[in-house]
Amino acid sequence: MKNGVLLLLVILLAVIPVIFQSDAEFSGADEQAEQAIMEVASNYEPWFDAIWEPPSGEIESLLFSLQAAIGAIIIGYIFGYGKAKKKYTSSNQ
Amino acid sequence: MKKRSLWVSIVALLGLTGYFWANSHRPVYAMHIMEGFLPIGWAIFWWAATIPFIAVGVRTITKNLKENPELKTMLGLSGAFAFVLSALKIPSVTGSSSHPTGVGLGTILLGPTTMSVLGTIVLLFQSLLLAHGGITTLGANAFSMAVVGPMLTYGVFKLAKKLNASLTVAVFLAAMLGDLGTYLVTSVQLALAFPAEVGGVTASMAKFTAIFGLTQVPIAISEGLLTVIVINLLQKYNMTELNILPMMKGIR
Repeated sequence: MKNGVLLLLVILLAVIPVIFQSDAEFSGADEQAEQAIMEVASNYEPWFDAIWEPPSGEIESLLFSLQAAIGAIIIGYIFGYGKAKKKYTSSNQ
Repeated sequence: MKKRSLWVSIVALLGLTGYFWANSHRPVYAMHIMEGFLPIGWAIFWWAATIPFIAVGVRTITKNLKENPELKTMLGLSGAFAFVLSALKIPSVTGSSSHPTGVGLGTILLGPTTMSVLGTIVLLFQSLLLAHGGITTLGANAFSMAVVGPMLTYGVFKLAKKLNASLTVAVFLAAMLGDLGTYLVTSVQLALAFPAEVGGVTASMAKFTAIFGLTQVPIAISEGLLTVIVINLLQKYNMTELNILPMMKGIR
């Protein structure tokens, strides 16, 4: 139950900005930093390009969801394993 | 009871699907220094600063796993947690988005240099497959997220335990401040490389902190809360593993 409250807080922290800043773009902070660099050093040329870029925003989201999914599967597996282990070792004693 | 948990799962699934669907309509960015955006001297400098920590980390991991193969589970969990959290781009009060780092958990479980290795692997994945961050800026990004972040987390955790704070408070503060510290270091790195014409490094620092630091505040709090949740679950189900961790000595 305690964890439920904590999780609710996490969700609220993410939802509240979206509600109260309804006209904000929520672009990445790194993109804003890029603009800030251009303001400070307007003649700076990036000297190296990404070796490979996802061909579209869709592919990018795919890779991001894949990253989250793989991690979530591992976390779920570890907790499932721990829970079952605890259950069966205590019932054997 | 069974029916109720089924309902909870369905609602949770719908909620998450809705959340991710709503998020998928805007382009996403990771919050690290972009490829090519550090002058070559600084790129090399931060690489050189990061490599020793990775080297020590690799040695610590091999040594720990040899002595305690059971630690593999906790190592997997720590890596997976950083992997998930750095994929979550969360909207912030400033109207832009950023993501947690997830390195706090692993630091609290396994120590800071272990997370230097795992954090760098996460960043490498993002720079190669997502074009977020970059190979030339990986040294700098790893220094902020995988070196300073974990070190800060470690320091805060030790200090909080010394001051007799409860485990929850210690974990929350350690993970939160470690996350915040990461983005402050990013601001310093950018300010050093791009001092403003008027006001120099300090003026640039203020500018980049306003972007990275401020956006990061609620996200750092989220990271602290999520780390506490995982530690709570570990205490519930994985006490055997927790008991072999030196950092968790004296924790019940």
